Amino acid sequence: MTSNCNVSNMRRLVEQLKLEASVERIKVSEAAAELQQFCLQNASKDALLVGVPTGSNPFREPRSCAVV
Amino acid sequence: MAAEKAEMDVLKKECDGLRTQIEAARKAVNDGNMTSAAGSATEVGRVQLKLRKSLKGHLAKIYSMHWSSDSRSMISASQDGKLLVWDTHTGNKLVAVPLKSAWVMSVAFAPSGNLVASGGLDNMCTVSNIKAASPKTLRELDAHTGYLSCCRFLSDTEILTASGDTTCCLWDLETGKQKIIFTNHIGDCMSLALSMDENTFVSGACDSLAKLWDLREGTCKQTFSGHTSDINAIQFFPNGNAFVTGSDDCSCKMYDLRSDQEVITYQDGSLNAGVTSVSLSNSGRLVFAGYDDFNCHIWDSLKGEKVGVLSGHDNRVSCTGVPADGMGVCTGSWDSFLKLWN
Repeated sequence: MTSNCNVSNMRRLVEQLKLEASVERIKVSEAAAELQQFCLQNASKDALLVGVPTGSNPFREPRSCAVV
Repeated sequence: MAAEKAEMDVLKKECDGLRTQIEAARKAVNDGNMTSAAGSATEVGRVQLKLRKSLKGHLAKIYSMHWSSDSRSMISASQDGKLLVWDTHTGNKLVAVPLKSAWVMSVAFAPSGNLVASGGLDNMCTVSNIKAASPKTLRELDAHTGYLSCCRFLSDTEILTASGDTTCCLWDLETGKQKIIFTNHIGDCMSLALSMDENTFVSGACDSLAKLWDLREGTCKQTFSGHTSDINAIQFFPNGNAFVTGSDDCSCKMYDLRSDQEVITYQDGSLNAGVTSVSLSNSGRLVFAGYDDFNCHIWDSLKGEKVGVLSGHDNRVSCTGVPADGMGVCTGSWDSFLKLWN
């Protein structure tokens, strides 16, 4: 690697870091509260949380036979 | 030479200054974490999911699986050299796609259900039409100089790939050419996840970093650190503002995009196995993480506690996935089986 390559790599790294530094950040407590709110608002629709009723479980073998 | 060295020193100093600035900015907003915020949320209790189906058909290690957007079909990839499309309601195999190269590491279903993509140590991403009378290869995307670790369709005309050559790439399926190459990772890219609006995606790599990218501009917008080893898996939280990672350091972490940092770590002293895969339930409350210890452990995403385990595989769990309707979770393993739980 030539020293020119190193310099241009470093310049690119500086530009990248400037980009990442310019991000607007919100408070972690605010972010966490919103994530929690999303979970709680959607909990009742989450089949893996509330359970799937036996009769309508798509992955479960049906008990009765059906004439197709 | 002296002038270059002087410039390098100036640039290095600038980099160090910027890194310090970023850390300070993150610290300034770090006024609490998820567990403290989630104090008021009720516990989920013990999550006990039952094994509903064991899908038998592959003859070797399963490396990857992906649900179709219809929440019924699912595709799996095994190093027996085949992709299998399953009807998860009946357990029947619908289509078998023979692979030119058996060393497959990733498989994906297009949202339309018409196309599938796969790739691995052949460094290529092969796209096939499975709706034809017999599976037909449409494209062989050949430009990566390292293995294909992950692929995800945006549509029938665009696909995103992650590679061991440290780059991710957006391809045009109509021309078979690369549209944008995403470079910034300094380690093998292992996994990627697309945002719901398809304007951004996140990637996890062996440099232990996760990165957020602008899909259209090709730029890396944010970099997330914290893991101490390879990140093997990455998935968005369902509201799109956060993502979860799984790593060889035996932990999973949730990072929030808007506070630009980690908000919680999922780890347990008794778990000394690397995490291979992660998926979330539809509310985001449950994290399903596949481990090298043959189990898929279930975490309460808000409280950071282990709330359940899916046991039954006889080898490493290599992939997990929750379908769009959230009705179950699928685990795939090196034991050659896929299991469906709910």
